[in-house]
Order: sequence, then structure tokens, then C-alpha cells
Amino acid sequence: MDLYLPIANLSVNALVIIALGGVVGLLSGMFGVGGGFLTTPLLIFYGIPPTVAAASAASQVTGASVSGVVTHMSRGTVDFRMGGVLIAGGVVGAGLGVLIFRLLQAIGQIDTVIGILYVLMLGGIGSLMAKESIQALIVLKSGKKIQARKRRHHPLVAAMPMRWRFYRSGLYISPLAPLLLGVATGILTMLLGVGGGFILVPAMLYLLGMTTQSVVGTSLFQILFVTMATTMMHAMTTHAVDLVLAMLLLIGSVTGAQVGTRLSMTIRPEYLRVLLAAIVLLVAARMALGLGFRPDELYTVEVR
Amino acid sequence: MKRRALLPALLLLTPMLLGADEPMLVPDVSQREVEIQYSFTGADLLLFGAIVYPDGRRPKKPADIMVVLKGPDQSITMREKQKVAGIWVNADSARFRSAPSFYAIASSRPIGKVVDERTAAIYEMGVDKLQLSPSSLNDSAELDRFQKGLIDLRQRSGLYVEQQGTVEITDGVLYRARLPLSARVIVGDYTAETFLVQDGRVVAAAVRDITIRKSGFERFMAVAAEQWPFFYGLVAMMLAVGMGWAAGAIAKRF
Repeated sequence: MDLYLPIANLSVNALVIIALGGVVGLLSGMFGVGGGFLTTPLLIFYGIPPTVAAASAASQVTGASVSGVVTHMSRGTVDFRMGGVLIAGGVVGAGLGVLIFRLLQAIGQIDTVIGILYVLMLGGIGSLMAKESIQALIVLKSGKKIQARKRRHHPLVAAMPMRWRFYRSGLYISPLAPLLLGVATGILTMLLGVGGGFILVPAMLYLLGMTTQSVVGTSLFQILFVTMATTMMHAMTTHAVDLVLAMLLLIGSVTGAQVGTRLSMTIRPEYLRVLLAAIVLLVAARMALGLGFRPDELYTVEVR
Repeated sequence: MKRRALLPALLLLTPMLLGADEPMLVPDVSQREVEIQYSFTGADLLLFGAIVYPDGRRPKKPADIMVVLKGPDQSITMREKQKVAGIWVNADSARFRSAPSFYAIASSRPIGKVVDERTAAIYEMGVDKLQLSPSSLNDSAELDRFQKGLIDLRQRSGLYVEQQGTVEITDGVLYRARLPLSARVIVGDYTAETFLVQDGRVVAAAVRDITIRKSGFERFMAVAAEQWPFFYGLVAMMLAVGMGWAAGAIAKRF
């Protein structure tokens, strides 16, 4: 079923895009991540212009995180104060992202930077996750307990001035730390169309030292608002949000997300995390190969 | 741009200035307007017409027909990837001021057999004869490479088409050619030029205009994204939140 995308200026097979959204949604439901890290590269691979892909993927992440946020809010596992600071940072970051995006576009290096960022980010976090989840599996199999890591924030965070209390996160730290973290994820959201849950969750756990219960809810809360802001910024600056494309992705991903949530309850979380680590590393490897191998297209055309 | 356009224009006029001794072309196209709609996956344009000879005398040696369909010119920057420190990055670039966004040519015989190099260059007959007006300071070998790269890229995406020997001529007076419009064409004013070639010389030419535009919903979307970006963004946001929330609400019932 072919459908013409009015902003991307090409026609795509609607079912393929819905399926793509579905798979990403399934993963996001299972693992509690937005899934933007998969959508953008897959869309580009399908032939959608990178800018349109990143802009439209952001709104898909919004859709995928809504129901998660609602659930976490009703359970009381969202730290609104922490979330607010992160969002403030995220919006600033998205604004900075616009500037960086334009600069890179002007010098023609946007694709390379996106590629390198993906490899570094996914490679780094994927290996971290793989290491940890395999350790967890070993523990599960052998029945031995490794000593729980003591929850504490990074010395750098402790050194920052001005301290606020974040009750739900169980923290008394400077708001600058989450603000900076928010800025970093905001930039990534703008450039890559990812939610940034990948960076946020580990950073909240290991850098800020937040309690595990409130990490996922708060990061989803931040992702929801920052992807909304990003969609808006793309609409205002790059004019690259394709509503038809976003709609197709959303149909697939919101359905997939619900199925994924159900599935995740039937599988042990330890196995889930090994699986997620594997997927992340796979995407990273694919992107790395893309940078290192001679590309299919040596030339790109940019219309001015 | 003006000067470049003038030369072919003058040449197009020559046959007419020479009076009634020369043959004439009466061309037409199957669609004067192509509308891009939700199901647009490209289109086939039929370009046809009649060759009118003075006093109805047909020449002994059959003439050839060339049909060129051209889209709006674009100013483009081309970038070329090279391996730098182990990864492929955009290194060299070149700018062209007038690269046609779409170009398709059909001829009744292979182009090289119908016209010589010079004539082909004058009338831009063939994808390798396009005058792209480079505006950056690359040397000619580099420009050549970039031009080849562009042609290759656009030929594979169906934006540059060369169909040699596909124009059918019936009884020496009626011709028809079919040219494919890729789904990736941009909106704008297109021209369909027809050339009558006798003994390597263009003896008659005629032009028809074709408009390609988005219509209905697609047009509305494209306009909205440009004109009312705030509301467009707002709708995108609300759509995402609404659908995500609805899916969650529905799933709870099962």
C-alpha cells in the first residue's frame, strides 16, 4: 500500500512503516526505552531524508512514552521536581541542538556526526549494559549474590554549588547536575531524534545516584516533554516534521508498545536486559560498519 | 542564466523564421497538469504529436524525433565522501547553479546516431550534455567527476532518464513517446520540448508546458508546514500524545 509523504516528498509503503513503528514500539514497551535510536537509522536506511527522519521520529517517541508516564504517575514513581529541572535543561539543549544542526548542515558534516554519535553512544552504553546484564545472569544462574553497589552520586556532582532536595529521588544535590544532563539529552534528541532514555537512565543511576524506583518514571517524564519540544522546534525551524510519516509510525508504535509491555511481564528482566544490550550493540556495529565501509553512495546532493 | 537560455531560444526560432519551407511540429502531452496525491507513486507521461511537412511532402530519408522533459532548475551543493582517518566523511564539494531537478529524454534512434556532439551539447540532448553552471572553484577534472556522480545518482532514483530509441514514428508523420515521472519529482513548472531532426540538423522544435503540483491533503500539509509551523507542530504534538494515551487507555480494558 503506497502512500505519498507530503514533506519527505516521496512515496513509501505504508505497511512497512507501520511495521517498523510496531517493532520499535514492541521494544520500547518491553524495555522502557523510547526506541528513537532504532527509528531514525531505519527510516534513513529506507530512504527518508535524515532531517525528516529525525524530526518525525521524535514525535513517535512522544507517543510511545505517554502511556508509560501515565502509569508511573499513578504509581507515584515520577519525581516532578527532578523531571522539571531535566526538562528545563532538555529544552535549552534542544535549542542548542538547532544551532548545532544548522552549523553542521552548512559545513556538510551532519551525517557523519550523526553516525559517529550513534556509534559512540550506543557502543558505550550497549557494552555497559551487556557487562552488567551478563553479570546479573551469572548471579541468577549461580545463585550467588554480588554485593549491591552503594548508591551515591559522582564526586563531580557533589562538588557543584547550591543544593536542592529531591525527595522522591532520595537526593540532596545541586540542580545544576540534572540541568546539564538535561541539556546533553536535549541536544541528542534534536540531532538524532532519540528520546535520550539511554543516556538518562544510566546517568541518573550512576552519576546522580537516584533511587531505582523513580529513575524510569522520571526519565520517561522528561522524554515526553523534551520530544514534544523537539517536534515543535523542528516544525518551526527545519519544517521537516512529516505528519503522515509520524502518523504511520505512531499507529505501529503505540500498538507495539502495549504488546511489548504485556510481553515484558512474562519474561525475566535479566534476560530482557541481555536482549536489549545485544540489540543496541548490533545497531552500533551496523552504524560503525557504515562509517568504515565504502558507502553505496559517494555523492550527496543538497538543494539550496 | 539569461544568456544561456537565449541561445537555444534563438535556435528554436530559426526554423520558424525560415518560412513555410520547413516542416512543423504539432505536439501534445497526455497531461498538462500532474497532481501529486496520497497514492502518487510516479506517473507515465505520453508525449505525442504530428509532423507537418509543407505541402504534405515527406522527405525520402525519415526524420528523427527527440523529446525532452525538464523540471525546474535547482541550485545545488554536491558533496563527495572520502576516506579520512578510517571513516568516510564528506570531503570535497562543488556547487552548481542550474541542475535540472528532473530530466528525461527519449529519441527515435540512439542519440549519437541522430545528432553530433555539438548539436547535442547546444540543445542539451542527453544526460551527459546537461549544462549545470558550476559556481565553485573546482578544476575541470573534479567538476567532471561531480557531474558524473550527480547523473549516476539521479539516474538511479529515476530523476534523470534516458530512453534512446523509444520514440515511435508512424508513417513518418505521427510520433509518440512515453516518459516515466518518478515519485520523487518536485512540484513546479516542467517543459516538454520536441525536436525534429533531419540529417543531424534540428529543423523544427516545439514546447509544451506541464505543471506538477500537490493537490488536496498533500498540498494542504506542505503549505501548513511552511506557513503555520507553530500550529503544525502543535498538531504533531497533540497527535502523538493523543494516540499514545488512547492506546494505553484501550489496552487497559483488555
